[in-house]
Amino acid sequence: MTPRLSACVLCALALSHPFAATAATDADLAEIREQIKSLKDTYETRIRALEARLQAAEAAASAPSAAAAPPANAPAATASSANTLAAFNPAISLVLQGTYAHLSQDPNQFAIQGFQVSGDTGPGRRGLGLGESELGFFASVDDKFAGSLTLSLTPDNQVSVEEAYGLMTALPYGLTPKFGRFFSGIGYLNDQHQHAWDFQDAPLVYQAFLGGQFTEDGGQIKWVAPTDTFVELGAEAGNGDAFPGSPRNSNGVGSYTVFAHMGGDVGASSSWRAGLSYLEARSSDRDGTLSNVAGQLVDTGFSGTSRVTIVDGVWKYAPNGNARETNFKLQGEYFWRRERGSLTYDRDGALGLASTSDYSASQTGWYLQGVWQFAPMWRVGLRYDRLDPGNPDYGANAVYLAAAAFNPERSTVMLDYTPSEFSRFRVQYAQSKTRPDFTDNQFFLQYILTLGAHGAHKF
Amino acid sequence: MKSLLMGTMMAALALLAAPAQAVLNVFATVPEWGALAEALGGDAVKVYVATNALQDPHHVEAKPSLIARARNADLVVATGAELEIGWLPLVLQQAGNPKLRPGQPGFFEAASFVALRDKPTRLDRAEGDVHPAGDPHIQTDPRNIARVATALAARLAEVDPANADGYRARYQAFDARWRAAIARWEQQAAPLKGVPIVVQHKAFTYLIAWLGLREVATLEPKPGVEPTTASLSEVLALLQRDPAKMVLRAAYQGDRASQWIAERAKVVPVVLPFTVGGDDRATDLYGLFDDTIARLQKGAQ
Repeated sequence: MTPRLSACVLCALALSHPFAATAATDADLAEIREQIKSLKDTYETRIRALEARLQAAEAAASAPSAAAAPPANAPAATASSANTLAAFNPAISLVLQGTYAHLSQDPNQFAIQGFQVSGDTGPGRRGLGLGESELGFFASVDDKFAGSLTLSLTPDNQVSVEEAYGLMTALPYGLTPKFGRFFSGIGYLNDQHQHAWDFQDAPLVYQAFLGGQFTEDGGQIKWVAPTDTFVELGAEAGNGDAFPGSPRNSNGVGSYTVFAHMGGDVGASSSWRAGLSYLEARSSDRDGTLSNVAGQLVDTGFSGTSRVTIVDGVWKYAPNGNARETNFKLQGEYFWRRERGSLTYDRDGALGLASTSDYSASQTGWYLQGVWQFAPMWRVGLRYDRLDPGNPDYGANAVYLAAAAFNPERSTVMLDYTPSEFSRFRVQYAQSKTRPDFTDNQFFLQYILTLGAHGAHKF
Repeated sequence: MKSLLMGTMMAALALLAAPAQAVLNVFATVPEWGALAEALGGDAVKVYVATNALQDPHHVEAKPSLIARARNADLVVATGAELEIGWLPLVLQQAGNPKLRPGQPGFFEAASFVALRDKPTRLDRAEGDVHPAGDPHIQTDPRNIARVATALAARLAEVDPANADGYRARYQAFDARWRAAIARWEQQAAPLKGVPIVVQHKAFTYLIAWLGLREVATLEPKPGVEPTTASLSEVLALLQRDPAKMVLRAAYQGDRASQWIAERAKVVPVVLPFTVGGDDRATDLYGLFDDTIARLQKGAQ
């Protein structure tokens, strides 16, 4: 897949290159005259522009409100040497969050029937809790690269590197390569930071299929087609350490993705984006939690290959494109994952029943959500999640694991208040049925504060 | 599934074989610069305007359509002064078009050719949605548009030297006609000098300075912060001591605050087009100011 894709990207490069008209023949006198004339004209226009700027500056200086409006064109190079060191500091942004959670079921008993969950899943702690604080840095490296670092400071005083990547900024033909650690471009929500989500927690499909959010340690290349309709193709290769992969202590590449996005506007009021993504990751003894036929939570280890296909779509509506007063956003994603390999039951031996057998499964899930800003600063949202664990083949472990068919589902409603671009307060209620006889009524209060450099949210 | 993906990629490759461009593709962030680029570029340019007059220019999203258009553009004409900070950097970063990087000739910021007013003395978000470089709504004074036109004509000639003659000729024609129009507008608006007004958002600083209007109050307690009944009551108390004739708002703004104050303080609510396309008569830059002055005159009666 990936060699073929890179060949395609190379083709794209070659094709899009304009056929250079550098057929230099004898020096044509007329042409030189023409060039000199155009050069002269250019300079004359520039001189006129400078004159106009001078006039503007003089006018501003003599205007009565001169003190309030200093000329913007005053040379900035007069900054004192003390300031010039700080001038190259990266833009810094900070996100502060906190949650109050009231959960009717014990979050330590969280599992999704038929899915081996691990990573950042579940509703989190009960009671008052500090959310994840985020510290971000961004700056140009030089004329060819930019760099970005996002640190996550967890409430239990851990620091983790959420994203740390370099970005090539000077490549032509719509190419933007990225390398380091980054949120993969698959799906719609995956490459958005958690504080930009419209609900307090991730959709169940993200928790079940991607362990919350899929992060690549590797490289990515994205290409935007030179068309009026937005078409973006991307591919990634990474170490596959993150769920649904796992660290494998081996050379080579552990995960690949390819994805395609399309998007555009319908009239002045609507815009949309749709995508198709594919992820393949390898695991070696990937730690997970699964509930057995008796409803006990059991430690599992999966070794093998996971293949995830995602179809995503988002549609946004704002009257005349003015989202300030009212707007509506509809979003949905469908996931399909196939896994093949071996599964170790009771991996940690807690039940004394450790056994490894063949495993294969084909599982699906989806969510659909709508968020409506009904007045400036106020939004309501509704979300429905549903998973289908399929009919996994547990091999010899079927005796422990083959449970009756059950489709996990969750319904969520939220209301949030956004006094400014930089602060948001949310209440959310969800009824979550991720296991049989395990209906969790979840109530959340949440705040999100954003400080520092003015960030821009993705569509 | 894989073959479907490959099919999509192949289709995209076929699209690539489109012929090389003949005209200069201009990406204008707001309608006024789109109209100006059209006036100066004529048929040598193809202008795409990223937003419309009924959109709040402070709250625009980095939509897929904008990324696609930026990918093919030769020149970005933006206001600058952080008006587009919430979306333009992201659009440019995702478009993968090095011609449009800040610092390149393909990146043009109008505000850097105009003396900005109201540069904040205190840079703190507690002061609301402040623009550190000064007020970016420069297009409400036609003299600013003349300054930007001079610089933009030069920039067009720089990025597209083959058509430099055309840009120069169109600039000279535009400049002469525009200066005559300014003289006419100033004459028409002479009676408006000193007329006390209220604004909903600090969007008309340059217009007010140009025509010599007297700004008594602003309905927003801080820039970009929605007025509350309490904050409007304070403005009402102020207007009882120092009455105003009209309350101005831009076409993209909601009418709630203006109506509230108009009903209580006997001021006439006036909606100004704010930019090209803001109403039926503001179809180009001339129409924008013809209509702005006409609406102000009507409101002042």
